[in-house]
Amino acid sequence: MSSNATTSQTIGPFFSIGMCRSIKQNLADANVSGERVNIEGRVLDGDRQPVPDAILEIWQANSHGKYAHPEDDQDKPREANFTGYGRIPTNIEGKFHFTTIKPGQVPDPDGKLQAPHIVVSVFARGLLRRLVTRIYFPDEPANDSDFALKLVEPSRRGTLIAKKVAGGVGVLEWNLILQGSDETVFFDCGL
Amino acid sequence: MARILPYRRPHPETQPRYLHSPYASTIKRAPAKPPVYLPQTLSEITGPSFPNVVTDIKATDLTRQHHGDPLGERIIVSGRVIDEDGRPLRQALIEIWQANAAGRYLHESDQHQAPLDPNFTGCGHALTDNEGKYRFVTVRPGAYPWGNHHNAWRPAHIHFSVFGPAFATRLVTQMYFSGDPLLPFDPIFNCTADEGARNRLISVFDWETTIPSQALGYRFDIVMSGREATPMER
Ligand SMILES: [Fe+3]
Repeated sequence: MSSNATTSQTIGPFFSIGMCRSIKQNLADANVSGERVNIEGRVLDGDRQPVPDAILEIWQANSHGKYAHPEDDQDKPREANFTGYGRIPTNIEGKFHFTTIKPGQVPDPDGKLQAPHIVVSVFARGLLRRLVTRIYFPDEPANDSDFALKLVEPSRRGTLIAKKVAGGVGVLEWNLILQGSDETVFFDCGL
Repeated sequence: MARILPYRRPHPETQPRYLHSPYASTIKRAPAKPPVYLPQTLSEITGPSFPNVVTDIKATDLTRQHHGDPLGERIIVSGRVIDEDGRPLRQALIEIWQANAAGRYLHESDQHQAPLDPNFTGCGHALTDNEGKYRFVTVRPGAYPWGNHHNAWRPAHIHFSVFGPAFATRLVTQMYFSGDPLLPFDPIFNCTADEGARNRLISVFDWETTIPSQALGYRFDIVMSGREATPMER
């Protein structure tokens, strides 16, 4: 017997009852290795209005480039205190922020190294299905040859790369534009 | 480094498109550009797991989270989480949330005139067992009005969030009840083109899980993407 994957539905406006029990905005516990980064930004709609009822889920490798998952069989260290998962809601102004470590590099399907990145799911009222995107890091030489960035037309790649904040040490800004001429690049990677 | 064994893509029209104008909130939130096709990498075939989540009786029985009993009809909602090949997904985290029996959410943005129930929060979570099974005890949620269009009402539903084994398998959906007269008029239920896919969101009345003199049983099975048959060529 086989059937198709269950149909997605929106999380609606009241998801915090069920999903905000397990908010996780700090992935970088004290004994986790790697460079600390604070990533902050806003989720905006097609009218540049803030989206106060969105929630982001992130997934990333540790600083060695190893995922906390049985199918990552790379010979790299795992860290018991680093799960690589975060769940981050937006506030009334559409703002979000989280603290993590810069992930190491993981292989692409050809076995070459991808640039450091965080994968992101976006859920919100009005999104019938999650959106999937990625966060890359500024001043990263590996961005130029990255497997996924090369699939994106050059003029839109910047939407995936976080920006340094003037005067903010370890602070990066990354905004998520759902719709419009400069909308964030979203990926089709499965369900 | 092992080869990447990707998860299958959704069958055409069995998943909603982002823009579905009868659901007004999609109009300014659906991306205008098509998503960029991304072959799955190690980043997408791995994903979070939740071995330390505590699933005590209060997590799975929404009628026992307060000192008193909530109002409404008790129901058992149970089922299996399987993949497209019928294999059970073990230790899958399921989170649910819902309105109370009067159709009111315990949420500051819910302005429906229906009463809150001091004995009902409306959230629960569970991990599937070795056969992929889960089970919740709750009350049947009420229908509720919303501002989408004139005289808009959501059919009774329970929201489900499910983590499969990978980032590529992540599902948030809603479970409905058969025979609900509001289903044909609901733009959210009807957002998916494929009728069979839509109807699989409707739970099945189930004598087997009914508890005599206590609660009626509804079964809702959840299917996550299966694996491709062969590894992706390198
Ligand atoms: Fe709802």
